[in-house]
Amino acid sequence: MSVDEATVRRIANLARIGLREDEVAGFSRELSQILGFVEQLDELDTSGVTPLTSAVETVIKRREDGVTDGGIREQILANAPLEDDGYFAVPKVVE
Amino acid sequence: MSSLIDLTLAESRDGLQKKAFSSHELTQAHIQNMENSRALNAVVLETPEQALKMAQLSDDKIAKGKAGPLEGIPIGVKDLFCTKGVRTTACSNILGEFTPTYESTVTSQLWQAGAVMLGKLNNDEFAMGSSNETSRFGPVINPWKSDGMDLVPGGSSGGSSAAVAAQIGVGATATDTGGSIRQPAAFTGCVGLKPTYGRCSRWGIVAFASSLDQAGPIARNVQDTAIMLQHMAGHDAKDTTSIDTPVPDYESALTGDIRGLRVGIPREYRVDGMPSEIEALWQQGIEWMKSAGAEIVDVSLPHTKYALPAYYIIAPAEASSNLARYDGLRYGARVEGNSLDEMYEATRAAGFGDEVKRRIMIGTYVLSAGYYDAYYVKALQVRRLIANDFHEAYKKCDVLLSPTTPSAAFPVGSNHDDPLTMYLNDVFTVTANLAGLPAISVPAGLDAKGLPLGLQLIGPAFEEQLLLRAAQAIETAAEFNAQPTTWWLNNE
Repeated sequence: MSVDEATVRRIANLARIGLREDEVAGFSRELSQILGFVEQLDELDTSGVTPLTSAVETVIKRREDGVTDGGIREQILANAPLEDDGYFAVPKVVE
Repeated sequence: MSSLIDLTLAESRDGLQKKAFSSHELTQAHIQNMENSRALNAVVLETPEQALKMAQLSDDKIAKGKAGPLEGIPIGVKDLFCTKGVRTTACSNILGEFTPTYESTVTSQLWQAGAVMLGKLNNDEFAMGSSNETSRFGPVINPWKSDGMDLVPGGSSGGSSAAVAAQIGVGATATDTGGSIRQPAAFTGCVGLKPTYGRCSRWGIVAFASSLDQAGPIARNVQDTAIMLQHMAGHDAKDTTSIDTPVPDYESALTGDIRGLRVGIPREYRVDGMPSEIEALWQQGIEWMKSAGAEIVDVSLPHTKYALPAYYIIAPAEASSNLARYDGLRYGARVEGNSLDEMYEATRAAGFGDEVKRRIMIGTYVLSAGYYDAYYVKALQVRRLIANDFHEAYKKCDVLLSPTTPSAAFPVGSNHDDPLTMYLNDVFTVTANLAGLPAISVPAGLDAKGLPLGLQLIGPAFEEQLLLRAAQAIETAAEFNAQPTTWWLNNE
């Protein structure tokens, strides 16, 4: 599977990564290489195999459905690049 | 007279208990060595003031007879672990000067046990790499050298392995998603253990691929590794994937007795083009195990060759989801744009390095509409087949023995042209992550150029005790006591 330049632009857009025009060809080549490598898996017949989503078989413990944390607005905002009156500030989204 | 930095963790602990020296003295010696070893670039943030403060508290506790099990022992922390009030970046520009307001569970357990923090250690950006060359802080240089060339210390925990090999820290925390503890340990003559998935809490560790990531120690020998693991492991209600099963006493498991142990040799690990030195070391390991009374069993893990391709679907897929949180809004660095989307794109373009961008884009692609089943679901099915291979093998044997890496440490800058060449470093280690199994790398010898090589043991889930005991048998037989020449020291 080769990832053409249009596809690279589409994926980068989905991933919200801005690409310069001069980067597109390089990523197209490298992503194609990597996908070519992983496509070895097509040699295997996996029909009927249940996908493994958890490496260690376990039952996730339940806990009380109660509040255990909170009231730490200052801590949450402590690393904000831009903060305004107790909120994260973002570029204007509505005209 | 030998210096305090030469002491192992167990020796440091015993000396502190006997009051042969103070934590202040021990910590000061390590701070000095950390400062003299800056040429290695293993430490991205030195915290000497905090270290001396913690050492003082430790000395007070020792004086009052209230010492914890790691009281007063200075260690380094991979920059992937969130440390309260101490900058944590995962060695990525996108985290800017992020300073957590909380402490990771693993490190808080270590501080609770009395350990002292020397500083934050370098790693590949978001733990994505096998050479520690993708860090925003630049590459780490391996204390081991050959032909006068700078070598990589392995990755992603290259700062951890270099810091332990250079005796900057008595031990170090590390993380392993595809081999990131074991491969750097092998490249630097250290011991590194990746525990069973769920043995250590992932809470407060910067996430890469959540179903594969595990924290573990890198240390100078097997006993030190057992002691470190003791205080890193355990259930944590804040990580629903951490397993609530008792933590056994790892140090007391080191009986030295492996008589009757069935050691499996996976025949598929004899890969094409494997250097003869690696092959010979493996054979040597088999002989050592036999001499120690183990029984050698030939086993098959038929889906081994599909582990790396499956990994390079699963890990990037999880990474693309995990790294979606870096949006320039809540923490880290931000690059302004005219709209929200422009701000996201500019922030992520500037904040992520090329390897991270590649993996996010691969992950985005394999999870996107129309490709999800063909790539992602397929990889999870192969993951099941790989896990099943191990289940079958463990019907015939107790542990598996293999080389840790297909080569010794390589020169800085040598594997840059093709991302796939770098990925092949993890060919022997990645299967344990996919199957969630514990695995350890032990230094076993030197190659013709005088560089360390490691042997790997993989155990069944939650059999870290067995793994440590078997690893110590290799350590004892190998008598590995080589050390790098201290070319990097700056004693001005």
